[in-house]
Amino acid sequence: MSTQHNDWCSEFLTRVIAAGIPVTHIEKSTFDIWQINAYDWQQFAEFAHHEGLRWSAGWAEQRDAQYLVNACFEKQGSYIVLRATLDEAAAELPSQATVYPAANRSERHTHDLFGVKFTDHPDPRRWVRHQAWPEHSYPLRKDFPAAGYPEAVTPPDMNYPFIKADGAGVYEIPVGPVHAGIIEPGHFRFQAVGELILNLEERLGYVHKGIEKIAEGRTPESLARLAGRVSGDTTVGHAWAACQAMEQAAEISIPPRAALLRGILAERERIANHLGDMGAICNDVAFIFAQVHFTRLRELWLRSNAKIFKSRLLMDCIIPGGVSCDILEADCIVVREDIKRLRKELDQLIPALDLNTTLEDRLYTAGFLSEPIAAAFGALGYVGRASGQTFDIRRDAPYSPYDKVAFKVAAENQGDIASRFWVRYKEIIAAMKLLEQFMQQLEPGELTTPWQIPTAGAEGLGIIEGWRGEIISFVRFDSGNTIARFYPRDPSIINWPALEKLVLNNIVPDFPVCNKSLNGSYSGNDL
Amino acid sequence: MNWIIAIIQTLLFVALAPLLAGWLKWCKCRLQNRRAPSLFQPYKDLIKLSSKQPVVAEHASWIFTRSPYIIFSAMVLAASVVPFIAVDLPTSASADVIVLVGLFGFARFFLALAGLDIGTAFGGMGSSREMTVSSLAEPAMLMAVFTLSMAASTTNLSVAITHVLEQDLVLRPSFVFALLALILVAVAETGRIPIDNPTTHLELTMIHEAMILEYSGRHLALIELASQLKLMLYGVLIANIFFPWGIAESFTPEALGYGLLAILGKLALLAIILGISETVVAKMRLFRVQEYLSFAYLLGLLGMLSHIILEASR
Repeated sequence: MSTQHNDWCSEFLTRVIAAGIPVTHIEKSTFDIWQINAYDWQQFAEFAHHEGLRWSAGWAEQRDAQYLVNACFEKQGSYIVLRATLDEAAAELPSQATVYPAANRSERHTHDLFGVKFTDHPDPRRWVRHQAWPEHSYPLRKDFPAAGYPEAVTPPDMNYPFIKADGAGVYEIPVGPVHAGIIEPGHFRFQAVGELILNLEERLGYVHKGIEKIAEGRTPESLARLAGRVSGDTTVGHAWAACQAMEQAAEISIPPRAALLRGILAERERIANHLGDMGAICNDVAFIFAQVHFTRLRELWLRSNAKIFKSRLLMDCIIPGGVSCDILEADCIVVREDIKRLRKELDQLIPALDLNTTLEDRLYTAGFLSEPIAAAFGALGYVGRASGQTFDIRRDAPYSPYDKVAFKVAAENQGDIASRFWVRYKEIIAAMKLLEQFMQQLEPGELTTPWQIPTAGAEGLGIIEGWRGEIISFVRFDSGNTIARFYPRDPSIINWPALEKLVLNNIVPDFPVCNKSLNGSYSGNDL
Repeated sequence: MNWIIAIIQTLLFVALAPLLAGWLKWCKCRLQNRRAPSLFQPYKDLIKLSSKQPVVAEHASWIFTRSPYIIFSAMVLAASVVPFIAVDLPTSASADVIVLVGLFGFARFFLALAGLDIGTAFGGMGSSREMTVSSLAEPAMLMAVFTLSMAASTTNLSVAITHVLEQDLVLRPSFVFALLALILVAVAETGRIPIDNPTTHLELTMIHEAMILEYSGRHLALIELASQLKLMLYGVLIANIFFPWGIAESFTPEALGYGLLAILGKLALLAIILGISETVVAKMRLFRVQEYLSFAYLLGLLGMLSHIILEASR
C-alpha cells in the first residue's frame, strides 16, 4: 500500500526464500499473506527479527480438519500475515515467543483455545483458561458448543504456578482480581523486599467472555455490534477495525462522508479517554483537584456525544458499509464550540499541573520503560510513543480519512509516567486539529455503501489506530454472509507485558499510578 | 463541679470530632469545585456503620476484635487531658503532654497489631508503613513539645497554656519553629495528604487505611471515630498551645461559651488551611516521608536551640 512497501518486502522475501524457507506469496489489497511450512515458523521469526519487523498479532482458525496459524508482522507501515497450515492430527509448530516476547501470551491464548501446541515455548503455563472448561477441551474448535458446558458455579482458579521468590525479607503481595475501585478484574502478584518491587506477575483472563466463539455465525451487522463491545472504552476503534475487515472481505469501499464521520468518532473517543486517563493519573497520586477537572471536561465531552450521536460512548455508530449516524449543520457548531471550550480550559489547567512540583516529583522518572524494552515488546499507542516508538497507523499506513489530512504524531522519549501523561495531552491537541480538518472536508453525500455478500472464505484484516494504539481485527466469512472467524487484537494485549517491566525498581505504593499510566483494557485482553 | 465540666468538655470533644471531619471534607469539596456532602455526613456514616454487624476474619484473634475499643478508649482519654474549652480542669492535672504522646503510641501499637493479626498482605504492609512513619514522627513531636515545656517550665499542658496567656503577644522564634514542626507532625500522624490519602481506594498506596481494611460494622465505626478524634486532638493542640486566646480561664457560663466559640472558630480556620494544602499538593512518594519528617525534627530542634540561645536567659 505504501511506496516503501515493495522495497523491503520483495527484497526480504527473496532473502527468506534463498535461506531455504519456501514461501507462497499471496498479495491482498492492504496486506500480504506469506504461507510457510509449520516447521519453519520459528526460523522465519528469527529472520524477521533480524530484518527489524515488529510482531503485531497472532491468532489461529480451524478450517475443516486443518488449523491455520497466523502471525502478523509490520515494518514501515506494511503488514505481512504469516500463515502455516497444520493438520488436526499433528497440531504443533515451533514457538515464535523465543524470538518475539510479544508473541508469548498470544501463543498461550491460541493453545488454550485451539489446542495448537507451540513447542519450546518459554512459558507453557495456561493463560486464558482458568477453570471454566477442562484442561483438554478447546472452546474454539468447531466441535465445542458455543454454550460450552457451564457448571452452576465455576470452580475457583487454584494452583496457578506463579513465579516464586525467596530470601530474607522477601514477601508476596497478592492483589485482586477484585479491586477496591470500579475497575475490571485482574490479579497482580508482587514479590517485594521492603517497599521495592522485585517482580510483578500479571494473571489476567478473569473477563474472558468467549467473544471469538460467539462471533461465529453472526451477520456483519451483528458482528459490528459485538466488536463494539470487545472493550467498552474502545467501541469506535474495535467497531471500525471489524467493519474495515469485513468491507475488505466484501470488496466494497465506504463513501467519503462516512469515512470522515468515522474519523470524527474515533478522534472524539480518543479525546474523551485521554481526558479521563489524565485525571485518573493525577488522582492516583492524590492530586484530586486535577481529577475533578478532567472528569468534568470528559463529562461535558460525552454529553455532546449524546446530543449529536445519541450515544455517550459512541456505541453502534459504525456499521458495515458506513455509519449509522450523521452530523447536521447545527452539530458542527456544537463540535466547534466543544473544541474551543476544551482548548481554553486546557490552557488554564495544564500550566497549573505543569508548574506543580509535587506532581512533577511523582510523575517524573517513575515507571520507566526504556526504548529497547518498548521496542522488544512492540509497545503501542501512548505507551510506545512515550518511549520513543513513534509508529502511528494514521501517519505510517494511513487509511481514509487520515490520508488527506496534515497530522503530527505526539512523541516523548523519557519513558516515564510523565511522558505517558504528556503524550496523551499532545494527542488531545492533535486530535482537536484533526477534528477541525475533518469538519472542513465534510461534504454532503451517502452514509453507507450497499452491502455485497462476500464469497465463502473471504478474509479481511482491519488495521485501525484506536486511542490505545494499533487495533488489528481479523475476519473470515463463511458462506451465506456469516462470520467464520473473528479475532480482535486490542493494543492492551501487547501493552500489558510492558507493565511487568516498567514497575521493576519502583516501590509498591507507586504501582497504581504506573498501572494507570498504561491503562490496559482487561476486557480487550481477555476477549 | 469542676469534674462535671471536665466530663462535659470530653463528651463535647467526642461529639464534635465528626463535625470537624465533615467540615474539612466540605472545604475540600468546595475547593475542588465539587458539590459537598452534608456537614453531618460523618455522623450518618458512623450511625450506619454501628448498626451493621461486623464481619470478622476466621483467623482473627482477640487482638483484632478488642483493638477498636482499646484505640477508641485511648483517644477519649487523650481528649480528656487536652484543654479544649477551659484550662485548669482536674483532668488536665492528671496527665501531661508526655502521657499524651504515650496514649497516641499505645493506640497506634494496637492498631498496628490488629493490622498484622488477620495476616493479609495489606494489613502487614500498612502496619509496617505506620510504624516507619511514627518512629520518625514521635521524636519530632516530642522535640516541639519540649520547646514549649522549656519555655513554660512544665510538661503540663494546662499550665503551659496559662503561661502563654499570662504573657502578652510576643513573637518567639522558638514557638514559630515548634508550631511548624507540630503542623508537619500532625499532617503525618493523622494520615493526611501529602503523607497518606484518607480517601483513596488504592490498597497498595495506603498507610492508615491498609491496617483497617478488614474492619467493618461497629469496629470500623469506633476506629473511624478514633481517627476523627485524633485529627481534632492535633487541631486543638495546635490551636490552644500557640493561639490560646479565648480559652476559658474561669468556669462562668459566659467564659465557657466564649471558649467554645473560640476553639470552634480556630478549628474551622485550621481545617480550611489543611483543605487548601491538600488541594494544591500531590501525595509524596513513600520514601520521601523520612525527609519530610526529618525536616519536622529539624524544625523542632531549631525551636529548642533558639529558645536556649535567645530566650532562656530572660
